[in-house]
Amino acid sequence: MYRSGDVLVRALDDLTLEVAAGELVAVMGPSGSGKSTLLAIGGGLDTPTSGEVRVEGTPLRGLSPTALARLRRDRLGYVFQDFNLVSGLTAAENVALPRELAGASTRSARAEAVAALDEVGLAGKADRFPDQLSGGQQQRVAIARALIGRRRLLLADEPTGALDSATGQAVLDMIRARVDAGAAGVLVTHEPRFASWADRIVFLRDGRLVDTTGARDRAEELLSS
Amino acid sequence: MSVKFGLLALFAEGPKYGYQLRTEFEARTGGTWPVNVGQVYTTLERLERDALVAAEGTNGEGRTVYAITDAGRAALVGWFSTPVADADRPRNELAIKLLMAATTPGVDVATVVQRQRTESLRLMRDYNSLRRAAEADDDEAGVLLLDSVVFALEGEVRWLDHVEATVLRRGGRLAAPVKARRTVRGPARASGSNAR
Repeated sequence: MYRSGDVLVRALDDLTLEVAAGELVAVMGPSGSGKSTLLAIGGGLDTPTSGEVRVEGTPLRGLSPTALARLRRDRLGYVFQDFNLVSGLTAAENVALPRELAGASTRSARAEAVAALDEVGLAGKADRFPDQLSGGQQQRVAIARALIGRRRLLLADEPTGALDSATGQAVLDMIRARVDAGAAGVLVTHEPRFASWADRIVFLRDGRLVDTTGARDRAEELLSS
Repeated sequence: MSVKFGLLALFAEGPKYGYQLRTEFEARTGGTWPVNVGQVYTTLERLERDALVAAEGTNGEGRTVYAITDAGRAALVGWFSTPVADADRPRNELAIKLLMAATTPGVDVATVVQRQRTESLRLMRDYNSLRRAAEADDDEAGVLLLDSVVFALEGEVRWLDHVEATVLRRGGRLAAPVKARRTVRGPARASGSNAR
């Protein structure tokens, strides 16, 4: 659950967003509407000047920098438009990084990383470096990194922005699968196609939440309407 | 399009009885077009009256079974080989409403656009979820059908973004056109019939 209020530049204003476990929320809005700020605050990368953010009931404000770093590393997964992979590390090393930082042994972190790469369809590419992979493959590595461990909250900022439509669809498929398995997900996108994978779509404008689709209807209701 | 050709197409596979048509029609249209039994029977009666199908006797359960006739096959070939005419498409109510909103004083176009965008995305989300279910069932025809709905809604949302940007650039309002423009008529519309 997050709550956030005004920030210094008033990128967000009087905005409340709760995301349940097993729910994917898409955030849409014109550029400058506060979408990325919302993700950054929700993920503890930025601190709001007022308001609060809670992840699984834990208010981020009260956490020490070390505890916040641990929470980000262990429970939050980020996917960015530009992948943010470490170019000097292989795919498996990139994916294993958060597990190693969490204190896992190199060997078990690698095993987890290879399994996560397998899950995103990159079996056999574990020892390639980012520049030896296509854009779509790099994004899959980034997703494997975001999914590894027991991540409870997945934050994705235009994860399909640099990808072709079919690869973008595959990426959404993976995010959706993880959410269906019980994680909470927030997806910032300007693509209606990808937003439609969410359970709920909210619209931001000038830092305010201006509209929402509401939670997902059951498919049966759609058919009988 | 009426249900007529949709049902007639089902007979291409072989003889069928009334209730079966309903189930198969709904399955083949991926759940995007619910029909009631009454509609199916009325249509079946018309197909029989027009000699496009004919009763063939009863099946083991005592239900009347119908089969497509040669005239029915010819009509079906004609249907498949004729492109969908402009006159057979519904009027674009959304476009008309939005442009009326953009040219009518006192209407907040941004709000009208946002309400519609939310509704269109809500529908996209629901159809996309049906599409994923169809994909999980390996129902390829169903996936394509739902794709068409999703693509159309996506086009709608893109057009809404475009309307919003255009209207805002012009200060929130468009001038009403003063000159009538020639209507567009496709070749298939030469008969001048208006289906809806």
